[in-house]
Amino acid sequence: MRDPVLLVEGLRAGYGKHEVLRGVNLRVGKGERVVVMGPSGSGKSTLLKCIVRLVKPTAGRIVLDGDEVTSDHVDLRRVRAKTGFVFQQYNLFPHMTVLRNLTLPLEAVKKVPKKEAERRAMEILREFGLEEFAHRYPLQLSGGQQQRVAIARALLMDPVLLLLDEPTSALDPELRLEVLETLVEVAKQGRSMLIVTHELDFAKAAADRIALMDNGVIVEEGGPSEILSNPKSERARRFLVEIEARIERPRAPAKG
Amino acid sequence: MSEPLFFILDIIPDLVGGLWTTLQISLSSFALGMALAVALLPLRVFAPPPLSAFARGYVELFRGTPLLVQLLLMYFGLPSLGVKLDAYTACVLAIGLNSAAYQCEILRSAVKGIPEIQFLAAESLGFSTAQTYRYVVLPQALRVAVPALVNELVTLVKESSLASVLGVVELTRRGEYLVAYTFRALEVYAAVALIYLAVCSLMSQAARYLEAKFRIPGYERVSA
Repeated sequence: MRDPVLLVEGLRAGYGKHEVLRGVNLRVGKGERVVVMGPSGSGKSTLLKCIVRLVKPTAGRIVLDGDEVTSDHVDLRRVRAKTGFVFQQYNLFPHMTVLRNLTLPLEAVKKVPKKEAERRAMEILREFGLEEFAHRYPLQLSGGQQQRVAIARALLMDPVLLLLDEPTSALDPELRLEVLETLVEVAKQGRSMLIVTHELDFAKAAADRIALMDNGVIVEEGGPSEILSNPKSERARRFLVEIEARIERPRAPAKG
Repeated sequence: MSEPLFFILDIIPDLVGGLWTTLQISLSSFALGMALAVALLPLRVFAPPPLSAFARGYVELFRGTPLLVQLLLMYFGLPSLGVKLDAYTACVLAIGLNSAAYQCEILRSAVKGIPEIQFLAAESLGFSTAQTYRYVVLPQALRVAVPALVNELVTLVKESSLASVLGVVELTRRGEYLVAYTFRALEVYAAVALIYLAVCSLMSQAARYLEAKFRIPGYERVSA
């Protein structure tokens, strides 16, 4: 068994009286890519946000790369700098060029000198085929390009774990593909990833493991072929039929 | 019939001398107000209750009392506490402190327009609260607030006429002197009003230029 980068045990969290997570257990091994799927409101986003303490859990334990995230004494900036987080949308700061979006966190958080930060930023932009946009502003890019820049920014921080919260679900279908291709490329590099997504094709192509969430708990977990072709619980079966048929019900924007 | 018009044209050069003082008072107090607002805003937006309550109290206090009363307190009231200010300083301070309250509210509503994800993104990248404020929140808020801030400056140009009450010889006070010499209140005050109008329209024109200059590139497409 590989060393876990992330260990989640008995995690509970909620907003006010409404409990969203009711005891989640999850493990992400080093270099492992875990996809979390589940219906709207099942707690997937909250789970990711708990890992970087954008939401404070009410009970349970999260250990990220040896750091006890759930402890009151944890250095949150250190923990957050260790992870890369990509949200559904509005990831980039619109008043800065693409290049500045990439270099600012390196300079401000990792204290990388400006020249070096720019070198690394240009390198990854080239790798992603985005170098022509270096001096453009985020809102001048398509949604797919913006998401890829956001992924690049997260990667530049060299995170021990990359967290992606439905990175394609706010995009038009034709823009999803380029983001997914980028993610598959990233997955091949052996980076540990925890991804909330409904993209079955991505899960099949890149996931080591799929965790199905419902109602605040993980109901089923296993390899992609096992989960997708032969789900054990009735709930999992229903959910998979639903996303196959793409009859996703409209979702409230933020808390998914 | 056209004599009053010639009279107005005649006295305008006299009045323009006072205009410089008017501009000095309004620009200095605007700058003071901006500096204070930028300091108050993070307290209002980020800080825990005792500090945010202080910022809110400040805003309530300065918005809830007349500027003229604040000026009188500053100039005639403070000496009882041993603080003696000359009239010009008292004006700039009073108008600046007052404007800080309004500018803080202008910036606060601009901050509300920034998507929450941006705060989360900054936090998730490991930015400190101070870095989030400096790099993410403030530059966006200032850009969004350009029209409202210019509007505030225009208001200050007009409100600086209250300085005349303390005897500062700015545009309005100059007018009062001229009326005392010439006894032609209608023409003199009309000329004074015209000069204010000209300055304020120029500023409103400049606002459009500034708005375009500071607009976030690509933003127009989204809002269109």
